[in-house]
Amino acid sequence: MRLRAQLLADIRQFFSARAVLEVETPVLSHSSGTDPQLDFFTTDYCSSPLRQTLFLQTSPEFAMKRLLAAGSGSIYQIAKAFRNGESGRFHNPEFTLLEWYRVGFTLPQLMDEIAELMAVLFSGHGALNPIQRISYQDLFQRYTGLDPLEFSYPDYCAFARDNQAPEAEGICGHDHGLWLDFIFSHNVQPHLGENAVCMVYGYPACQSSLARINDRNPQITDRVEVFIKGIELGNGYYELTDSKEQDMRFDAEQVVRQERKRPISAKDEHLIAALEAGLPECSGMAIGLDRLLMLLTNSSTINDVLGFPISRA
Amino acid sequence: MASYSTNEFKAGLKVMLDNDPCAIIENEFVKPGKGQAFNRVKIRNLKTGRVIERTFKSGDSLEGADVVDVAMQYLYNDGEFRHFMVPDTFEQYQCDEKAVGDAGKWLKDQDSCTVTLWNDAPLSVSPANFVELAIVETDPGVRGDTSGGGGKPAVLETGAVVRVPLFVQQGELIKVDTRTGEYISRVKE
Repeated sequence: MRLRAQLLADIRQFFSARAVLEVETPVLSHSSGTDPQLDFFTTDYCSSPLRQTLFLQTSPEFAMKRLLAAGSGSIYQIAKAFRNGESGRFHNPEFTLLEWYRVGFTLPQLMDEIAELMAVLFSGHGALNPIQRISYQDLFQRYTGLDPLEFSYPDYCAFARDNQAPEAEGICGHDHGLWLDFIFSHNVQPHLGENAVCMVYGYPACQSSLARINDRNPQITDRVEVFIKGIELGNGYYELTDSKEQDMRFDAEQVVRQERKRPISAKDEHLIAALEAGLPECSGMAIGLDRLLMLLTNSSTINDVLGFPISRA
Repeated sequence: MASYSTNEFKAGLKVMLDNDPCAIIENEFVKPGKGQAFNRVKIRNLKTGRVIERTFKSGDSLEGADVVDVAMQYLYNDGEFRHFMVPDTFEQYQCDEKAVGDAGKWLKDQDSCTVTLWNDAPLSVSPANFVELAIVETDPGVRGDTSGGGGKPAVLETGAVVRVPLFVQQGELIKVDTRTGEYISRVKE
């Protein structure tokens, strides 16, 4: 608890020294993300005679982008986020995110800042090895020998069989993205960031989410993930600013949600409108602070760093 | 039988996997922030005792297995089967040597033990953690040796062989930890 307070203070100092503005946005919203992998909490808003369904945010991303479009400049927020059904050693359905956006930053510039922030936060908690930066493709090839950008069903199946995971075939079928998730989380992620911050960039385009497609190579996307000791800490993008492209991706994700029989989420028209009005060129990053605390305290489960985990909340 | 979804998997839950009854040992939720959620599960096959790792897509489910542990009393060995009885109901079960497995060498008539039943048929037998058995054969004791040293092998009344300290004599009753097969102490009658 004391360490958490210290962590928050350190983060605030870091951004205040860089003139990044701290903001607050609503946790409760009329719309939600459409990411087919996320389940949101819904709640009833009774304002008689109206009854509305509101959603708890899965991240403050959309609201913050609306601020950016309104001309806020660089901003950061320390916010609670909620993801339904996520509970485990590294997951609690309610968790704390640090999310920040840097206007005018490209992805490499953002990665420099992440490195600086990590250096500050980890100082006094045992030195970390130098930062590693590696592209998704190189990494994937190094640990699996497979090419993540070109989907070869027989090769992926053979790899799974050789690694005692014959069930992967049944789970993933011909879904390239699913195969990448499976193999990455089983065979790649555990090796990442041995006592160091490891930044993985250049994710395959099928895993782009809200990132921009790379200018030079349309097969990859300007997205970065940060890992320490095999734990995924956060995710950042060179943000997509094209409202039409964003609208299309939302619709595509809704279709996937429908196919998977997940609850259909309300698409955030405010965000689309904000993008239309013009989101400045920017990069943004989100880091899970609870997991960061786990690393700082060498905890083996997220429950150790929470005041009250969900089972006792 | 009910089926269980991945988020209900917890240590000790009995489920059917590949037509064999299995017990879940460990269940880890694995989810990339922007990707598919999986559950990596460590599972023990109750028939073979082998432990495997298997990954499931979160939300998938497995059929529950009708596996229960019942406290029983060991009755006798008829040469082919061993017979057990539930003390409360006097219901009797017979087990072949395959199901009894290693537990056999610790079972003395009238001893209590745990029999695991799958669809009401014995699947495996576990002896009590500690049993008291008489030594039927061991080298003569050495006076003055109180502990330590290498010890010596001793054959027990059930046929099991354990290492005992040199001072322990033939005919004495000893306490053994069946999980490790180690001698604990002598038992005064």
